[in-house]
Amino acid sequence: MAAIEVTDLWKSFGDNHVLQGVSLTVPDGQTYVVLGGSGSGKTVLMKHVIGLLKPDRGRVVVGGKEISALEGKALTEARQQFGMVFQGAALFDSMNVFDNVAFPLRERRRGQKLSREEVRARVVEKLAVVDLGEEVLPRWPAELSGGMRKRVALARALVSDPQVVLYDEPTTGLDPITTNYVDEMIQHAKERLGITSMVISHDIASAFRVADRMAVLYDGRLAAEGTPAEVRDSKDPFVQRFLSTWFQKQ
Amino acid sequence: MRTLRAGIEDFGRMLFFATETVAWALRPPARLELILAQMAFIGAGSAFIVGVTGTFAGMVFGLQMNFAMKQFAAEGYVGGSTAFALSRELSPVFTALMVTGRAGSAIATELGTMRVTEQIDAMETMAVSPIQYLVVPRVIASILMFPALTMLFNALGFAGAYVMGVYVAGIPEGPFIAHTREIVGPDDIFHGLWKAVIFGAIVSLITTWRGYSASGGARGVGEGTTRAVVSSSIAILVADYAATVLFVGT
Ligand SMILES: Nc1ncnc2c1ncn2[C@@H]1O[C@H](COP(=O)(O)OP(=O)(O)OP(=O)(O)O)[C@@H](O)[C@H]1O
Ligand SMILES: [Mg+2]
Repeated sequence: MAAIEVTDLWKSFGDNHVLQGVSLTVPDGQTYVVLGGSGSGKTVLMKHVIGLLKPDRGRVVVGGKEISALEGKALTEARQQFGMVFQGAALFDSMNVFDNVAFPLRERRRGQKLSREEVRARVVEKLAVVDLGEEVLPRWPAELSGGMRKRVALARALVSDPQVVLYDEPTTGLDPITTNYVDEMIQHAKERLGITSMVISHDIASAFRVADRMAVLYDGRLAAEGTPAEVRDSKDPFVQRFLSTWFQKQ
Repeated sequence: MRTLRAGIEDFGRMLFFATETVAWALRPPARLELILAQMAFIGAGSAFIVGVTGTFAGMVFGLQMNFAMKQFAAEGYVGGSTAFALSRELSPVFTALMVTGRAGSAIATELGTMRVTEQIDAMETMAVSPIQYLVVPRVIASILMFPALTMLFNALGFAGAYVMGVYVAGIPEGPFIAHTREIVGPDDIFHGLWKAVIFGAIVSLITTWRGYSASGGARGVGEGTTRAVVSSSIAILVADYAATVLFVGT
């Protein structure tokens, strides 16, 4: 079964034709990596998947629901199953780290009424996964380094155990050790919890490590799409150039 | 022509935003703690500036009325005429303008910053409606606090006029109070409070909309805030005229 299905997606901002017919399928419980140059439209593609942007043409279906056609309350409800890590972390700067990470728990589990201790335990647990200790809980986003903000954003996206997680450059700005942690976290989420992930990455090494399938976005279209092996062997000149910088080092 | 059309389009989107706000206000959950926090910020936080303005407005108006009435030997009416002007016009309008400057600009800046740093998008991805979480509490708090602050303005404004009239200008207290009772009744107070309710709704919707729809980084947030304050101020004056015509005729 396909968790995410993007069909013939087109999007322009004025004269800037960002997406020109992108189609892809993310099978349930797999990790899909989107590669591409800066400004190629990766973030725009991801925002369509979660319904923050509306396509000019084409459609997006996630978990059987046509996200691209939903509005208002229906869209809000369809997002219950999602988590997303924004490229710029997008932490709420009026809340400290604890309240940021606890936010999805408190909001999504309103019916369940988690106790204070349970909320705290889950927040601490998720922060530990990204190597942050309890001492960061009372700190404000403005007091954190860029990499720490990113890790808090990762914890926040995962804390309510969503079924589909979208990561917009989760490892950009992190040191190699933390990058490894994050890769393991994505793997772990897939293997233990069956979570479907879509990952935008600039880090080709980590992309080939975590991907079940991948795509290279170029000039508004997917220049290559398939398993990591298929993409590596792609004859597309842009894909070859894009990957060669990294494979030459190996 | 182009700007006119853009203006009308923008106004239409704001009306749609206002209906969305009403719809989300009626849906559970009711977020009492957020409403209380906004009441503290908009109401308690503005009490000082509104109180100072009220006191001085009452003092100056009292002196001017004393100067005018003396020419007809009608100083006894200073209290009544000041209270009449305060309760029906000065208090609601001045209060709304002062609160727009203090709290309205802060609302537009805060929501605008949240918009351009993708915090509002992030909230949406967590299946929480930013309209319900951010806009509704500010609108409800404004509708409740504008009349409360208007009452404060009334009280301190009249006290200011009393001090100036009775102690400084030496008007006998008896006629000062008696004529005030004759001229001003509960109707006049309610006339002003109804206006305050309307101003609270208008100011909060305009300022939240300018923040919510901000784009283009720090500069866009600044422009949005300026527009929020300017259009709120004009809207207060226009609505004041409309409400006066509606309530008392021409
Ligand atoms: N809200 C928007 N309004 C107008 N143009 C936009 C908007 N969002 C993105 N764009 C444009 O779309 C193009 C693709 O942007 P996008 O953010 O998707 O790039 P990206 O592939 O994520 O790049 P990076 O790797 O640098 O993050 C850019 O040219 C950008 O200017
Ligand atoms: Mg991007």
